[in-house]
Amino acid sequence: MNNLSVDHLTGIKDLTREDIELIFTTADSFKGVINRPIKKVPSLRDITIANLFFENSTRTRLSFELAEKRLSADVVNFSASSSSVKKGETLIDTVNNILAMKVDMVVMRHPNPGAALFLSQRIDAKVINAGDGTHEHPTQALLDAYSIREALGTVEGKKVVIVGDILHSRVALSNIYCLQKLGAEVMVCGPTTLIPKYIEELGVKVEHNLRAALEWCDVANMLRIQLERQDIKYFPSLREYSMQFGLTKEVLNSLNKQIVVMHPGPINRGVEITSDVADSDQSIILQQVENGVAVRMAVIYLLAAKIER
Amino acid sequence: MEKQVILNTRHFELTLNRLCYQLIENHHDFSSTVLIGLQPRGINVVARLKHQLEEILGHAITCGNLDITFYRDDFRRRERPIIPSVTNIDFDIENKKVVLVDDVLFTGRTIRAGLDALLAFGRPQKVELLTLIDRRFSRDLPIQADYVGKMVDTLHAERVSVEWKEIEGEDKVVLYTPETDE
Repeated sequence: MNNLSVDHLTGIKDLTREDIELIFTTADSFKGVINRPIKKVPSLRDITIANLFFENSTRTRLSFELAEKRLSADVVNFSASSSSVKKGETLIDTVNNILAMKVDMVVMRHPNPGAALFLSQRIDAKVINAGDGTHEHPTQALLDAYSIREALGTVEGKKVVIVGDILHSRVALSNIYCLQKLGAEVMVCGPTTLIPKYIEELGVKVEHNLRAALEWCDVANMLRIQLERQDIKYFPSLREYSMQFGLTKEVLNSLNKQIVVMHPGPINRGVEITSDVADSDQSIILQQVENGVAVRMAVIYLLAAKIER
Repeated sequence: MEKQVILNTRHFELTLNRLCYQLIENHHDFSSTVLIGLQPRGINVVARLKHQLEEILGHAITCGNLDITFYRDDFRRRERPIIPSVTNIDFDIENKKVVLVDDVLFTGRTIRAGLDALLAFGRPQKVELLTLIDRRFSRDLPIQADYVGKMVDTLHAERVSVEWKEIEGEDKVVLYTPETDE
């Protein structure tokens, strides 16, 4: 087995455990590459990749662009704020126009759930989902699981709690699928209003008390409150949220074990996580960012292998 | 598949021994020379050379492994991607004399990729090539080895396999010829 079972990466849901492990072993090699004096390999010299970002992003976009450039692919960037989307062009038209310029792969972030799947069914190029609304963010989940594997040696059998705005989080859903496929136990924690109904159906535990969740887990993944997606009030105030669900050094120190703290970024310091926790040596936030480039290189490399010549 | 042994255990050992002395002739005490084996099979040659050279010289020499997967020129021309092996070069090659080592030199394409991969680690003073078996007259690129264990004349369809005591149970080199249906 040294080929992915999928032609596009639209979500973790479609991947097998073997796919994820293949991505991880390939990422191990790329991690070696990006720590060399010359951080670039010529594998994708003949491939052009378009980064389509219909929604704001700093980290993911930068990470994808670095990954593409370190594989020697040609890169074109596109952001919705400076484009014809504002003039009323549809998604398919925008993308077909870009494909007419002979692009082999599309990395897309879009505010609508299912946008990546929609696109993958209608165009020839390979599609990588860089976040579709509140649905999935597969490369983030892969790099999170990869970082856990790096920090703890394995993902199998580990207990991971995802804390925060589960309702609006694509990172949460992708993480749940990914961690479960790798044999980890997953719990979600947050205010009742921000936990989707029937999430237990996915086989995750639900907890509303942060302390209890932290005592159970090996890894805590702290998510941001996505105020931009909240059209109504889900909790009285950020301050109250922070008092109930914010991770502080005091709480962390009062546990009788060392847990690993993760955050997919961007961090709202003082809300879901305090500065001293984010900067502590229990936090692997910056390792996550470094691993993000290696994991994305692996995904792009393995999908590019499927492009017909 | 017809099988023909082209280096038996005794000659295998003699050949490796000769290569060691040829290396010493040019590189003296190896103070500014490193051996780098190309993954996956060149590393076996390096392991054996390192062992013998250290026995002869009486001190340690620097060796590494280089994986060339991402530098190959046949990416996307194959059915499935090749899974990379480990690269292990934890020393500086800047201004060093590098001896690239592989088991079989055939089309020269692996060496071409190896040179590319090597340069990502710095600028060596000199690069040489050592190969246990040289399938001469079958090169696709203008690449020749500086140290050759044994030259063999082969057809394109034939296969040369270097086998190791540690892996296959016996040191030998075998030439496989496909049966012709005449």
